Amino acid sequence: MTKKIKSISNPKLKLEILTPAEVRKIHDATLWIIEKVGVKFPSQRALDIWATNGAEVDRDRKIVKVKGEIIEAALKKCPPIYPLAARDPNQDLSLDGNHVYVGTDGCGVEVIDIQTGERRTSKLQDVIDVARVADATEEVAFHWVPVSAQDMPVESRGLHEIKAIWENSTKHVQTESIYDAAEAKAAIEMAALITGGKEELRKRPVLSLMQCTASPLGHDGGSLDAALLAAEAGIPTGFMTMSACLTTGPATMAGTLAVGNAEVIAATALLQLAYPGAPVFYAAAQTASDPRNGAYTGGGPEDFLFGAATNVLSDFYNIPLSMGSFATGAKEPNWQAGIENSLSTFMASIVMSDMLLGVGFLHGSRIWSYAEMMMDCEIFSIIEKTMRGIVVDDETLALDTVAAVGSSSNYLTQKHSRKHMLEIFMPQFMDRRPYNEWESKKDDARDWALAKARKILAEHQPDPLDPKISAEMAKIIASVEKKRTAESISSR
Amino acid sequence: MSEELFQKMSQSIVDGDADAAVALAKEAITTGVPPLDAITKGFVTGVNIVGDAFGRGEAYLPELVMAGEAMKAAVTTLDPELKKQGTERRTLGKVVIATVDGDIHEIGKSLVATMLGASGFEVYDLGVDVEIEKIIGTALNVNADIIAMSALLTTTMVKQKEVIEELDKEGLRGKFKVMVGGAPVTRDWVKTIGADGFSEDAIGAVNIAKQLIGAA
Repeated sequence: MTKKIKSISNPKLKLEILTPAEVRKIHDATLWIIEKVGVKFPSQRALDIWATNGAEVDRDRKIVKVKGEIIEAALKKCPPIYPLAARDPNQDLSLDGNHVYVGTDGCGVEVIDIQTGERRTSKLQDVIDVARVADATEEVAFHWVPVSAQDMPVESRGLHEIKAIWENSTKHVQTESIYDAAEAKAAIEMAALITGGKEELRKRPVLSLMQCTASPLGHDGGSLDAALLAAEAGIPTGFMTMSACLTTGPATMAGTLAVGNAEVIAATALLQLAYPGAPVFYAAAQTASDPRNGAYTGGGPEDFLFGAATNVLSDFYNIPLSMGSFATGAKEPNWQAGIENSLSTFMASIVMSDMLLGVGFLHGSRIWSYAEMMMDCEIFSIIEKTMRGIVVDDETLALDTVAAVGSSSNYLTQKHSRKHMLEIFMPQFMDRRPYNEWESKKDDARDWALAKARKILAEHQPDPLDPKISAEMAKIIASVEKKRTAESISSR
Repeated sequence: MSEELFQKMSQSIVDGDADAAVALAKEAITTGVPPLDAITKGFVTGVNIVGDAFGRGEAYLPELVMAGEAMKAAVTTLDPELKKQGTERRTLGKVVIATVDGDIHEIGKSLVATMLGASGFEVYDLGVDVEIEKIIGTALNVNADIIAMSALLTTTMVKQKEVIEELDKEGLRGKFKVMVGGAPVTRDWVKTIGADGFSEDAIGAVNIAKQLIGAA
C-alpha cells in the first residue's frame, strides 16, 4: 500500500528576503567572478567542453574563465520543472516550485546505536535501518545516503549504499556519496534496472545525484565526471556549495552568496553546454565559520538567512533547489538542536525551497541519531502546518456557532468544533501533560522519539525490491569491485 | 635603538601586516641586528601576544592566521642571513603535512599548517592530493618529527591508514609521530589505524603536536 508523503504546498506565508535589484546585483557579481576570477574545473572532460564553448581555459591551473552571456545562455536551457521518480510511482515528487519535500541528511560517519545508545562507526546495516525507518514516515519524501557504509570497499561503497536504500524503501534516492565516473556509471545501470531500461529512466529518474563543490571557486574532478555522466543519462544532477563566511567565502554574507553562486551556476552551465535540457538543480548549504575557532556552525542566523536567500537565486535561474536545513551543530538532541533545526527549516520553507536536507543528524551532519530524526520530522510537520497560515472565510469565522454559544456556554458542545478539531496540530513530542504526570516519570521528547523509531524498525516491512533486480544490482557492484582489483594489481 | 625596532616587529605581527614585517626584517639585516634576536626578541613577542589574546577569547581566527602569515614572511626574509651567520633558529620540531591522495580539500590542512608554523614548528606543507610516497619521502628527506595528514572524505580517509601501513612495512614507523585530521576522522578511526594523535580543530592540533614531541 502506498504511504502518504507530506509536503508543503500552496503556502499562505511569504517573505521577501532580497529585492529583485539585490538579486540582480548578486547575479552580476557572480558573472564578474566567473569571467574575471575564474572557477577551477580539474577534469579533462570538463575543460574540453569549456574550450569548445568559447571559454578561456588555463589547462595548467585548470581554471576556466567564461563570459557572462555564455553562462546565461546555457542556464536558459535548464528545465524548470521535472519529477523525482520513486520505485513506487505514487511516491513520485514534483519539483514544480509549489512543493517543499524533506529528505534524510547525509553522509555521516557515526551512529548513535538505536538499541544500545552507544556512538559508533557507521556501516551498511545502518544505511538499511535508516532507509526502513524513513520509508515508514510521511515526512521523509526522499533519501540521501544517511551514513557512510564504512564496512564496504571504498571503490563500490556508494553502490552498496543506494542498493541498500532501494531494497528497503520505495521512495526516491538522491545520492551525495558517489563522486567518481566508474561508480556513477554503475549507479545509472542499477537505476535502469528499476525502471526497466535507460529510456524509461530518463522519464522516471528514480535516482538523482548531488555533488559538492570545492569552495572557494573550485570543483572536484571525480564529481564533475560523475555529474556529466548523470546529466547524459537524464539523471537529475545538482552541485552544492557549502561556502562558509570567513573561511571558504568572504566574511560578509552577500560575498559568500556570490562566491557559492559562481561555483554552482558555472558547473550547472557546464552540464547544459554538454547536454542541453538535462534536469539540474541548485544545491546549497552555506554557513559561517565561528571566528573563535573556525568551527562549522551547523546553525545560526547566517544559516537561516542563507536558507531563505538561496531559493530566491535558484528561482532567478528557474531551477529547483536542494537546500541544507536541519543539521544542527548540537552534540545531542537539545535546546540548540531545536532552535537551529526549526529556524533553518522554517526559513528555507517559507521561500518554498524544493528539497530540504535533511533529518537525523547531530554535530553538523556527522552523527546519526534516530531520536533527532523523529523530532526533525515533527519540526517539519509543525512548519508545514504553520505555512498553511490562517484561512479566513465564512466557515472559519463560524458566526452561527459564535451566536449559538454566546457568552453562556463553551465551544466543546458545537458540531463546528467536531468538524474542525483535527485541524488543530497535535504534536507527538511536545510535553503537554499535567506537571504531576511529568514529575512522576521525568521522560521527554527524546525518549518518545527514540521509542517511536524503535517501534518502526521492529515492525515496518517495506515493499520489497524484486529479488531478481537485487541480484542484477549485486552483479554490477561485483564487476566494479573486480575491475578495481584488476587495475590495482596491474599498476603494481 | 634595537628595542624600538623589536617593538615595531612585534606590532607588525599583532597587526597581521606581512609587508611591514618583511620591511622590518630587512631593516634588521641592513642595520646589523642579529637575525636571531629579531626573531626571538621581536617577531615572536607579537606571536605570543596574539596567541595569548586568542586563548582569552579576545582575538579571533583571522587575526591569528594573519599573525602566523606575517611571522612566516619575516622568518623567510631572515633565513638566508641566519644561515650566513651559521646560526640556527630553534624550532619545536619538523612537521610534514598534506591532504592525502585523491582528496583536494585544503582549508583545514592549511589552517593547521599555519598554526603549527606560528607556534614554532618548521612546517613542510605539501598541499593537497599528495601521494603516499611523496609524504614519506619528504618526511625522510627533511628528517621530520611528525607526519600530519588530512582527509575530508570517508573514501580518502583510508589513505591515512595506508601511509601508516607503509611506514610499518618499511620499518619507519618508530621514526615519526603520525597525526591525522579531517571532518570524518573520529577517535575510533585513530585507534583503528594506530595514529599517534588527532584533533578536531587547528588549535587542538598544535597542542597535540607539542605533546607528541614532548614540548607540552
